[in-house]
Amino acid sequence: MTAPASPAAPASPPPPPSTVRLTIEGIPVEVPPGTSILEAAKQAGVLVPHYCYHPGLPVAGVCRMCLVDVEKFPKLAPACATAVADGQVVHVHNEKAKKAREGVLEFLLINHPLDCPICDQAGECELQDYTFQEGRADSRYREPKRFNPVEDFGGDVLYVPNRCILCTRCVRFMSDVAQDPVLNVSERGDRAFIGKAEGHDLTHAWAGNVVDLCPVGALLSKDFLNKARAWELDRSASVCTGCSQGCNVVLETRDNVVVRVKPRSNTAVNQYYACETGRLHYRWMNRRDRLEVPLVRGEAGVPMPAAWEQAIAAAARTLAAAPRLVVLASAGLSNEALYLLSRIRGPGGEGVFRVETGPEAPLAGAPDLALRADRAPNGRGAELMGFARHDQPLAALQAGDTLLVADHDLAGLDLAALDRAGEIVVIGTTLPGELVSRVAVALPTCNVAEEEGTFTNLRGRVQRFLQAKAAPGEARPTWSVLGDVAEAMGRGRAPMLPADVFAALAGDHPAFGGLTYAGLGLRGLPVLDAAPAGGTS
Amino acid sequence: MTYGPSAGAKLATTPAHGHDDAPYQPVFTGAARDELETLCARYPSRQAALLPALWMIQEARGWVSDGAVEEVAQVLGVSAAHVRGVLTFYTMYHQHPVGKHFIQVCTTTPCNLCGAEDVVNAFLRHTGCGELGVTSDDGRFTVIEVECLGACGFATPVMINSRFLESVTPDAVPDVLEECD
Amino acid sequence: MGYPHPRHPRETPVLSEHFGDPAARTLAGWKARGGYQALEQALAMDPVAVQNVVKDSGLRGRGGAGFPAGIKWSFMKPDGKPHYLCCNGDESEPGTFKDREIMRWTPHALVEGVATAMHAIYAETGYIYIRGEFTEPLEAVTAAVREAYAAGILGANAMGTGRRLDIHVHKGAGAYICGEETALMNSLEGKRGNPRIKPPFPAVAGLFGKPTTINNVETLTAAAHVVRRGAEWYKAMGRPDNPKSTGTKLFSVCGNVARPGNYEVTLGFPFKDFLWELCGGAPDGRRIKAVIPGGSSVPILTAEECEAVFMDYEGMAAAGTLLGSGGVIVFDDTADMPRQIARLARFYAHESCAQCSQCREGTAWTTRILERICRGEGSFEDLDTLLEIGEQMSGKTICVLSDSCATPVASGLRKFRHEFEAKIGRKQGKAFVPSAYPTGLTPAAAGSAP
Repeated sequence: MTAPASPAAPASPPPPPSTVRLTIEGIPVEVPPGTSILEAAKQAGVLVPHYCYHPGLPVAGVCRMCLVDVEKFPKLAPACATAVADGQVVHVHNEKAKKAREGVLEFLLINHPLDCPICDQAGECELQDYTFQEGRADSRYREPKRFNPVEDFGGDVLYVPNRCILCTRCVRFMSDVAQDPVLNVSERGDRAFIGKAEGHDLTHAWAGNVVDLCPVGALLSKDFLNKARAWELDRSASVCTGCSQGCNVVLETRDNVVVRVKPRSNTAVNQYYACETGRLHYRWMNRRDRLEVPLVRGEAGVPMPAAWEQAIAAAARTLAAAPRLVVLASAGLSNEALYLLSRIRGPGGEGVFRVETGPEAPLAGAPDLALRADRAPNGRGAELMGFARHDQPLAALQAGDTLLVADHDLAGLDLAALDRAGEIVVIGTTLPGELVSRVAVALPTCNVAEEEGTFTNLRGRVQRFLQAKAAPGEARPTWSVLGDVAEAMGRGRAPMLPADVFAALAGDHPAFGGLTYAGLGLRGLPVLDAAPAGGTS
Repeated sequence: MTYGPSAGAKLATTPAHGHDDAPYQPVFTGAARDELETLCARYPSRQAALLPALWMIQEARGWVSDGAVEEVAQVLGVSAAHVRGVLTFYTMYHQHPVGKHFIQVCTTTPCNLCGAEDVVNAFLRHTGCGELGVTSDDGRFTVIEVECLGACGFATPVMINSRFLESVTPDAVPDVLEECD
Repeated sequence: MGYPHPRHPRETPVLSEHFGDPAARTLAGWKARGGYQALEQALAMDPVAVQNVVKDSGLRGRGGAGFPAGIKWSFMKPDGKPHYLCCNGDESEPGTFKDREIMRWTPHALVEGVATAMHAIYAETGYIYIRGEFTEPLEAVTAAVREAYAAGILGANAMGTGRRLDIHVHKGAGAYICGEETALMNSLEGKRGNPRIKPPFPAVAGLFGKPTTINNVETLTAAAHVVRRGAEWYKAMGRPDNPKSTGTKLFSVCGNVARPGNYEVTLGFPFKDFLWELCGGAPDGRRIKAVIPGGSSVPILTAEECEAVFMDYEGMAAAGTLLGSGGVIVFDDTADMPRQIARLARFYAHESCAQCSQCREGTAWTTRILERICRGEGSFEDLDTLLEIGEQMSGKTICVLSDSCATPVASGLRKFRHEFEAKIGRKQGKAFVPSAYPTGLTPAAAGSAP
C-alpha cells in the first residue's frame, strides 16, 4: 500500500514551456513549437502520405496529398505547412482524409501514362505505393492523355514529362540546395511541365539528386536506364569512396554486380545527397581483371598460384626479412586494414601514400558538404595510422628496401624508384602489370563492396561500410589477410572479426577512444581529435 | 468605340516569317537601359522589374526570344530558367513571332452568350487565317481566342496588339481589318 | 447608370457619377468635382482615425471576398517596417467590368483612394496592379499618377504634409489568378503568379516579405468617399434590417440582357426590380432562364430564384449563392447551359496556375468531360463523375480557383440537369426526352433506357 500523495504535488507535471502537446491518430506527441504536423506525426510513428514535402527542401504545400483532418478546423489542413498547436487532435487515416487522398491520387493518375511495365521507377514509386494503399481500383478517365516527348536535361538526367506530378522538388532542390537555378515550372494548368532555359543544363556536380528526389519516374538516371528492376536489387549500407567527405550511400547489386549507388541520409555528413562522382563511379567495383588467387614467385621467376597457407607464410617471411620495410598503402583501405598494416610496418618501417586530388564542388545549400579535393575515402584514417602523405611516395624507397604495395594505384607514380626495391609484396585487389615480373608474393583481397570495415572522413567521423557482394575467386577480406600475415610475422594474433580489429585499433589509438564497432551504427561517430589534420579540408 | 495607343507607344513589330538566325542584338542599351533602371528603382528588388522588362522586350521586338531571355536574366540578376518560367506563365507575352496584327477575341461565357464565336469566325474568314493561332501567309494577322477581357458589357471586345476595341460584331469585322495596315 | 447608357432613376451614383464624362479624368476636372478633399482630410487625421471611419462605415471588400475594409486596414500596426498597399486592378472575373470603368473614367478617384489607404496603413509605397489587357485604364491611371506627382499631391511631401506617398502603376501580363491577393504579390515581385500558403498573412509578411494590405479598386475608391462624407452617410445606404451590408455597389450586367452595363445601387436592392426594371430583362422578348449574380465563381440562380433575392452579402448567401464581385451574367432561354458551363470550365482550366493537383488536373478533366457531353458523346455516369470531381476540387487547395470551377458545374447540374441529360446519347442516335423542367427525374424512373 502506497502512502497518499502529498496534497501539494500536482496530478501531472505541466509540460515545459518550450514544447507543444497534441494528439495524432490517438497517439500523444510532444514537439517543439513551429514543428509541422507532418514532422510531428513521424514522432508518433505515423507517416502522412506526401509528395512535394521533403525535409531538405523549403515547404511548397502544392501536392495536397498530406491533407489531414484537424478537429475544429473548417477545412482539411496540409500537414507539411501547418504548425502544431497545443491540444490539436489530428486524424490522418479517417474517412475524410482518406477520401481526399483518394481524390489527389485519381487526379495525378488521369494524365499519367500506363508506363509501369517500362518505367524504371516501378517497385520504388511513391505513386504506385500510395495508389495501391489508398487509391481507386479503376480509372474513370475517358479523355485523351496529355503528351510531351522525353527531354535530355543534361548530366545524367532524363525528364519524362508525361509522368511528372509537378511536385517541384527538383526545382526547389536546384534553386535552394544546389543554388544553380536551372529548372523551372513552365506554362500553366495541366499544360505545365518542368522546363529549363536553353543552354543551361543539369551539369552541376550535385544535380543527379533530383533523380532520387523525384517520387515518380519523371526524372531518371541515364546511367541506370532500363538496367534493372528495383525489386531485383539487393541493398547494403556503405560509404562512398569517391572523396574524403564520406557520404553515406547504399550499394545496390543484382546477381553480384553493383548496378547503382544511392545516397543514405545522414544529417551529420551528407544530409540526403550524393554527388555525381560518387553516384556514377562504381563500375570499378565490378572490374574483372582482379587478383583472384594467391601467387608466389616460382623457380622460373614467374608468379605461380599457391595455396593460402603457403602464400601467407611466404609473404610473412619476405616481409620479416626486410632490411627496411616501406608500406605503400592506399587511402581507400579501411581503418582496420591500415591498422594491421601499421603492425606489419613496425617501428622501423615507413608508411606512405598518395591521394588523387581534384577541384572541390560544394553543395552550397547544405552545411559542410562538398565533393572534396581528396578523391579517396580514408586519407584521414591513413594519417591516423601513421602513414604519411607524399606526392611521390616511392621517393621514400631506399636501395634494398622491401616494398609492400597494399592496393595502392601506381598511376602517376615515378616507377623508376621501383628499381631500388629489393623485394616487392602485393596485397590488394589487382596485380599491377609493372609488378608482375618483380613481385615475390601477391595476396588477393576484397574491394570496398566485398568486405566490411570503417573509414574516417575529413572531419574525423568514423563510419562503417557493409559487404554488398561476394568477392571473385579466392580473394579474402583485407583485414583478414593482413591479420594472418601479421600473426605469421609474430606481430599479434590474427583477429576473428572486423569488430575485434576495431577494438584493438581503438585500444592503441587514443583518438578512437571510447568508440566501439557496434556503437558506430550505420551513421558513424566522430573521433575525439576531430580537428582535421593539417588545417582546413 | 476604339481606344488607340497614346502617342509614343509602338505597335508590336515582327520579322516577316519564322525565327531570325542573326545574332541577338541587346535591347537594354542607351535610353532603354536607362528606362529599365528607372523602373528597377521603384522596387526593393530588381527581380520585380521582370514583368515590365519583358514588356519592353516585346514592345521593341514583337516577341521574347531565347536571346532576350538571357539578356533580361543577366540585366536583372535572375536565372534564365526563372525568366522562362515567368514568360511561359503569362499569356500576353509571345514566345514566338506572331502576325503584325495580333487579334485576340474574348469568347468566355458572357461574351459567348452574345455571339463571340461568330466574331471569331468572321475574323478567321476575313483575315484568311483559317485557323486559330496560325499567322496569315502575308504575315499580317494572327487570330486567337482569349479569356475574359473585362469588358463583358461591351460584347464582343477584341484586342489588336494593345488596341482595345469594344462591341465588335461580325458585320463590323471587315471595317476593323481595313484600319489595320 | 454607367456609361454608355443613361442613368436609371433608382440608381445611386457615387462611384459612377462621372462615368462617361471625359472632363473628370484630369486633375483639374477631378478637383472641380470635389476631388482630393478626402485625401486632404485623411492626411490631417491620425491613421487609426481613418481606419475607424472606414470600419464604422461597414465598407466591405468589393473585389469578391467581402472582408470589412477598415478591419483589414487595422491589422497594419506602426512597427517601423516598410508597409505596402497593393491596389488590385486585375479585374478578370468573367462578368465583371466595373473596375475598368472606375479607372478609365475617374482615375484620380482611384489615386485618391489609394493614397488615403496608404496613409491609413502607414505605407509610403503603393502599387496599382492593372491587368495587361486594360490599355485605356493603364494610360488613364498612369497619366493621373503623373499629374498628381506634378501637383505635389504625391511624392516626398504629399500635399505639403511632409508625408511621403509614392504610387507606381504595375502592368500585368495575362493571368486571372493574379487577382488572388497572394498571387498578385508574387506577380509584383517578378515571379509566376502562384498563390501563397497562408499563414503567413499579407498583413504580417506580404509584398517583399513586409506587412501589406491589398484592396480592390472599387473598395479604395469607395473608401475615399467614406472618409469625406462620413461613416453615417455610408451606413444609411442599405437594407434597414441588414446593417452588415452598407453603401453602394457597382453591378456589372452582361450576357443576354437588354441593357448591359454597370449599375450602381445601394446594397440590398431587390434583384427582381434590378433585373427586369433597371436592366430591361432579356432582349427581344425572350425570357431570362438563369443568372449568375456575382461573377462566374458563384452558384447559378434560376430566374425564379432571382425574384426573391436582395442584392447584398447576406441576401445572396440566403439564396444559396454569393454577392461576389457583383458581375451579373444573364442567360436567356436560348442559352445552352451545358455549353456555357463547359466554356466556363475551360476558362478555369486555362487560368489554373498548376500548383495544386486537384485544380491543375481537375479543371482540365471537368472541361474535357463537359465538352465531350456537348459533342453528344457523354454518358450518365459522366454527370455523377463531374459532381464527384467537383467535391474533390472543393476546400482542398491553396486558393479557391479550384472551388470556383466546381461551383458552376455543381449548381448547373443541380438546377439544369435536364439540359445535360438531353445531350447524353445524342451522338449514338438515342434520344432521352427530358420531362418538364425541372423535375430531377432519372432515366430509370422515366421508363426509358439510357
